[in-house]
Amino acid sequence: MTAVQTATDTILEVNNLKTYIFTRAATVKAVDGISFDLKKGETLGIVGESGCGKTMTALSLLRLVPRPAGRIVEGEIVLNGEDILQKSEDEMRDVRGRQISMILQDPQTSLNPVFTIGNQLREALGIAHRENKSSMLGRAVDALRKVNVAAPERRLDDYPHQMSGGMKQRVVGAIAMSCEPGIIIADEPTTALDVTIQLQYLRLLKEIQAETGLAIIFITHDFGVVARMCDRVAVMYAGRIIEQGDVRDIFSRPAHPYTQALINSVPKLEERVDRLYSIEGQPPLLSNLPEGCRFAPRCPYVSDRCLETYPTSIQLAEAHHADCWALHSDWEGTPIAEYVAPTGTTG
Amino acid sequence: MQRFIVLRILQGLLAVFVISLIVFALSRVAGDPLAAILDDEAGKEQIERLRQSWGLDKPLHVQYFTYMRRLLTGDLGVSFRWDRPVLELIAERLPATIQLSAFALVVTGIIAFPIGVLSAVKKDSWFDAGGKMFAILGQSAPTFAVGLILMWVFAVQLGWLPTSGKGGIKHIILPGFALGYYNVAAIMRLTRSSMLDVLDTEYVKLARIKGIPEWKIVWKHCFRNALIGPLTYFSLIFAILITGSVVIETVFAWPGLGLMVIEAINSKDHIVVQAVVMLFALLYVGINIITDITYAYVDPRIRYNQ
Repeated sequence: MTAVQTATDTILEVNNLKTYIFTRAATVKAVDGISFDLKKGETLGIVGESGCGKTMTALSLLRLVPRPAGRIVEGEIVLNGEDILQKSEDEMRDVRGRQISMILQDPQTSLNPVFTIGNQLREALGIAHRENKSSMLGRAVDALRKVNVAAPERRLDDYPHQMSGGMKQRVVGAIAMSCEPGIIIADEPTTALDVTIQLQYLRLLKEIQAETGLAIIFITHDFGVVARMCDRVAVMYAGRIIEQGDVRDIFSRPAHPYTQALINSVPKLEERVDRLYSIEGQPPLLSNLPEGCRFAPRCPYVSDRCLETYPTSIQLAEAHHADCWALHSDWEGTPIAEYVAPTGTTG
Repeated sequence: MQRFIVLRILQGLLAVFVISLIVFALSRVAGDPLAAILDDEAGKEQIERLRQSWGLDKPLHVQYFTYMRRLLTGDLGVSFRWDRPVLELIAERLPATIQLSAFALVVTGIIAFPIGVLSAVKKDSWFDAGGKMFAILGQSAPTFAVGLILMWVFAVQLGWLPTSGKGGIKHIILPGFALGYYNVAAIMRLTRSSMLDVLDTEYVKLARIKGIPEWKIVWKHCFRNALIGPLTYFSLIFAILITGSVVIETVFAWPGLGLMVIEAINSKDHIVVQAVVMLFALLYVGINIITDITYAYVDPRIRYNQ
């Protein structure tokens, strides 16, 4: 792939994005200088523990950070060559739904209980295509059919409480995709669904992506889902991306001690253990971050340097980067153990 | 939905039956009705004759059935004070009370909902603070005081509006506002808090993600959901309007049922009081049924769970 091609393929570029939440007691650095890009038709996974800033990153991309406490304080979000942080609130409405859309975590609460599915779907459609009611009805039926809702004509008059969780999440998906956006952010869309339905839903997203060339940002804490869904992965820890790369690189050669620990903590079917592996300690408070590397207090390789300054990024492969002093050539502490992928973990 | 309505009406009828028992019992517990009308000089024979002619010598349950039978045929008795059938009196006075209450209700709605919604949308702004002040004042000031203050400012000092009595539209403004103010405050606060809850929900987030204009999010997506709370309060409003009308009609000499009840109480006219209490109870039950049906209309989950 040549450089020119890469540039035109890039649909979204995030540079040094910082989103802080200002409370009376402290400033919570929910997103603290992250950069990544997204190409057409690609799926980027953002992985991390709860509270590491994943959802705040997603809301920042739509400029829907809860106000007035939350604010994007720095950075660029370049969508199709334009920095959306420079746009007015009116112009942002053209971005939301039409260019970037989002599927929320809990289908039980993300539909308005007092309006029918048809009403909510038509509303989303109406924003994109100003047409009369009858042709919109056809579009609404199509939209439901696209997400595999059986007998869509009859479903339009249903209220959300008359549908199952999996069905509701499809409707939310249909709403998100109704305006054919270039990017969909899926914020743990399957966490609230049961396992069999999860798989169906993921498969559906993949199918739609193959058809439409949609780019997906997949936010999750589930490495199984990452392996199934994503082309590239960004691992977040305490408001920063500490490692990103191709899904193969991340799974077979995780470089950052945190990524290694995360992958190790996924239970394996073929191994019998008495105690499941877990990372000792707690992530730091986002309102009181340490000076140096944020993972240092929990890291087995920690040295003085880690506690003093935040590590610079190091390139490990073409698109594989990690923020860790131990990966730098001048590292004098304990070298990071070569990661040995257990056989048959990613399948 | 139909089943729900029928069920509610049956429940309402049961309530009315119980109320009629209570009203009947109270009128008997309050003492011998004859003692209130006849003076001390009345002879024993005279009392007995009246007692018989009114059926007061019969057992209580027989008296109750007679009372109910008359009630159902619209015979509410004759007032001592005005010497006219009570039904006629009520028919004469009721429209004025309805007019005043309806005006107060419209005032409440027009003022309370927009202020409540805007206070939530502009949370912690000067507008919100002003609304809060306005609400606290309305909920803490007694209705009669509000009435008197309004009368003093707008009728006595400024001379813009008449002090009392019934006439054109100008006459209704002061008593209507005084009667509605307490409810304005209550509904406004309720609307504000339920709007705040709704603005924070995931479906509002999804609506924003869809790119819907903010005014539409507020008035379509939020308002209808936020209405459920204040709506439950609606039947309470009615109770406040009834008790309030007794006070306000007296303050402003508004010739409605409230004023009539006060006059009847002052002259120990039990028959009138009993009839009006029964009427208020009936209206209250009726409004409750209507509220529940509206509630079911606004929130589809209630409709289907029944």
